[in-house]
Amino acid sequence: MTDVIHIKDLEKRFGTVVALDGLDLSVTQGEVHGLLGPNGAGKTTTLRILLGLLRANSGTVEMLDGDPWADAVELHRRLAYVPGDVELWPNLTGGEAIDLLGRLRGGLNQTRRDELVERFDLDPTKKGRTYSKGNRQKVAIVAALASDAELLLLDEPTAGLDPLMEVVFQDVIQQMRREGRTVFLSSHILAQVEKLADRISIIRQGKVVQTGTLTEMRHLTRTTIDAHTATPVTGLETLKGIHDLDASDGRVRFAVDGEHLDAAVKHLGQYGLRALTSHPPTLEELMLRHYGDEVASGGER
Amino acid sequence: MTSTVASPLTDRTIPKSGGPLTGTGILVRFMLRRDRVRLPVWILAIVLFTMASVVALPDLYPTVEDRQARAVLMENPGTRAVSGPGYGLDDYTFGAMLSHEFLSWVVIFVALMSLLAVVRHTRNEEETGRAELVRSSLVGRHSTTTAALLVVVGANVVLGLLMALGLGSLGLESVGWGSSVLFGAATASVGLVFAGFGAVTAQVSESARGASGFAGAVFALAYLLRAAGDMTQVGGGLLSWLSPVGWAQQTRAYVDDRWWPLLLSAGLTVVLAAVAFWLSTRRDVGAGLMEARPGSPNASKTLSGRFGLAWRLHRSSVIWWSLSVFLFALGYGTLATEIERFVSELSVLQEAIAEIGGTVIDAWLSVIVLVFAVVAAVFAVLAALRARSEENSGRAEPVLSTAVSKPSWLSSHLAVALIGSAVLMSLTGLGLGISASQALGDSEMLWRVLGASLAHIPAIWLVAGIAVALFGLMPRATVLVWVVIAYVGVVGWLGALLRFPDWAINLSPLGHTPLLPAEDMVWTPLVVLTVAAAALILVGLAGFRRRDLQSTA
Repeated sequence: MTDVIHIKDLEKRFGTVVALDGLDLSVTQGEVHGLLGPNGAGKTTTLRILLGLLRANSGTVEMLDGDPWADAVELHRRLAYVPGDVELWPNLTGGEAIDLLGRLRGGLNQTRRDELVERFDLDPTKKGRTYSKGNRQKVAIVAALASDAELLLLDEPTAGLDPLMEVVFQDVIQQMRREGRTVFLSSHILAQVEKLADRISIIRQGKVVQTGTLTEMRHLTRTTIDAHTATPVTGLETLKGIHDLDASDGRVRFAVDGEHLDAAVKHLGQYGLRALTSHPPTLEELMLRHYGDEVASGGER
Repeated sequence: MTSTVASPLTDRTIPKSGGPLTGTGILVRFMLRRDRVRLPVWILAIVLFTMASVVALPDLYPTVEDRQARAVLMENPGTRAVSGPGYGLDDYTFGAMLSHEFLSWVVIFVALMSLLAVVRHTRNEEETGRAELVRSSLVGRHSTTTAALLVVVGANVVLGLLMALGLGSLGLESVGWGSSVLFGAATASVGLVFAGFGAVTAQVSESARGASGFAGAVFALAYLLRAAGDMTQVGGGLLSWLSPVGWAQQTRAYVDDRWWPLLLSAGLTVVLAAVAFWLSTRRDVGAGLMEARPGSPNASKTLSGRFGLAWRLHRSSVIWWSLSVFLFALGYGTLATEIERFVSELSVLQEAIAEIGGTVIDAWLSVIVLVFAVVAAVFAVLAALRARSEENSGRAEPVLSTAVSKPSWLSSHLAVALIGSAVLMSLTGLGLGISASQALGDSEMLWRVLGASLAHIPAIWLVAGIAVALFGLMPRATVLVWVVIAYVGVVGWLGALLRFPDWAINLSPLGHTPLLPAEDMVWTPLVVLTVAAAALILVGLAGFRRRDLQSTA
């Protein structure tokens, strides 16, 4: 598999503000890659650099075997983009904006366009100024997804969509993946990335602090165990890698580091297990490891 | 709150007196805070410009004969169309001249200030969604409109008082205090009426642009009615009395000092405000009374590519500018025969015209063409700077993420600026040329005026080039191009009259264009201007290619 996007040691400053501070990232062909981070982490800046709208201060950026800054126009024929904040022309209808953007890119798939308009329940006859935020977003999504672009760059694509539309969006993205297209999307909505992304990069303060599949990341983190036992559990605190232990009347709850899970479960077995639930770390917990105060000391690799 | 069970909490938080006007006082202060620069600038600019023009009168018309020569000009219906109905002509004092000829110009700006301010505080707030935030708090149904009207009424009262004070304090012969107060009141009356129209159109249209445009069109209609009425007979005809602008003029300040026509303006203002309040109860917040018509679900063939987009964005502005320029040019041309007679009787203008050279008509035409050139330059800058607002609003981003390069995107807006301004100058030449050659019975004149107009194109392009260069190199400083426009305007309009030094005139791009048909044609400056414009444009394109895209998002 080849890299569609390859970024190394990317730096971008706005005056004295450092937006990207040595960012490394690679997106493989055919994958859905999620860029996850809080507001202001540098997600939009990264995407704008990939689009050649911003110029990097240093570092190398390669996309589709080209230089996003120098070969912008050539590369743009092969990609489609959905901005995070969609602004439309007040006196153009949504349908006109979709067609125009498609034509500017070099053509759009008419059948798919009509199908997407239908699926997203978009009224293409309304003027840009009358659309709500969610509907403006739909216009941009339809314009991008109706193209035959091999790479999709999506900046918080569903931030304004309702849950039903989000499901439609996820469906369409799965379909894109099956067609072999590469999708690079940013989000601070964890559940969405979790459902869609093959791989995830977590970005914080202009740096990618972790990349991998969700499974790989979970391996690195803690599992929460909730157990009911016949007799009260003792001696757990003596084991390695146990955190946040909370025990009361035959019920015990704790978090355990990935590599010590086996030992902990074996220990519980001695007290007669009646019920056992374990939660893999959610992305919230993954994020907390990187952004939460408690983890400030040990979270970063 | 529809709950019938009054809890202690709701009793405390919702004042019993909460009516449709709750919160008006706070909103007034809020609006004043937001307009603390804008309104004072409008008011001071209008008052100072009027005062400056009045101060120049004794120099321009030093003798009674000069003034009477001017009065004779008012016998022409065309002249009355652009000035006033014609009164006080037997003894054309400075005061008579001031109220008869200036009022019609001053009220254009007063009306604009007022209707824009009302729409800005009402419909624009609703369109952006900020009104929702305000209306969700302790604010009554009619508070926003009431507050906006109070602010604009206040602004007009201040404007009227300052106008009265300013004019009265000049101590000019025949410009007394009492009449100055009437003049100020007449000025403000037009502002009040069009604040009322703004309040009404803000209810009707869903967009602020639409509401301002609608109210502006009503003003244009009022102006045309008055012009038509004043043309029919000296003193104003029936149509003059159908127009709020006509009412203001019929006060005949400094001549007859009639206050009663202002009762009509006051009455109409009250009616308009009442209509606005009534209409606002017939609609939802954020919605207009005019349903937004659905548009085309597909883009037409012409809406394709960057030039298709640029044309679509600039289309209505190009059409309106072209139409207005052509009609005004046509109108000015009809004055050609009067001008000859008028200027021959006026010593000061003769000197100014002698400086330009050629016959009186040629000199006058060359000055008029220059005025239109400044107008076309304003259009060119507005069109070029559209790129800046597209960039700022974030609308450029989706376009530039397609197969459109930054320079080619910028050049699509630039093309409208360059071609559009060339079209405007062609229409100037045609309009002015057709009517002037008709009036003078000299068919040759059409071609000479057309040539004179086209000669200004390189200088206008240079101004557009400055705008583009600023956009490319110093995007945050693009507003500076208005300084260039202001300079070009002042030098162009007043340079010859006020006898500016040569270097000051040469500093203006338009100062290098030969003033055809009065002067002889010289090609060198035109070639130099064109090359300089091209260089600036290339610099701007290269600068934009190299810089980051900026957007507020």
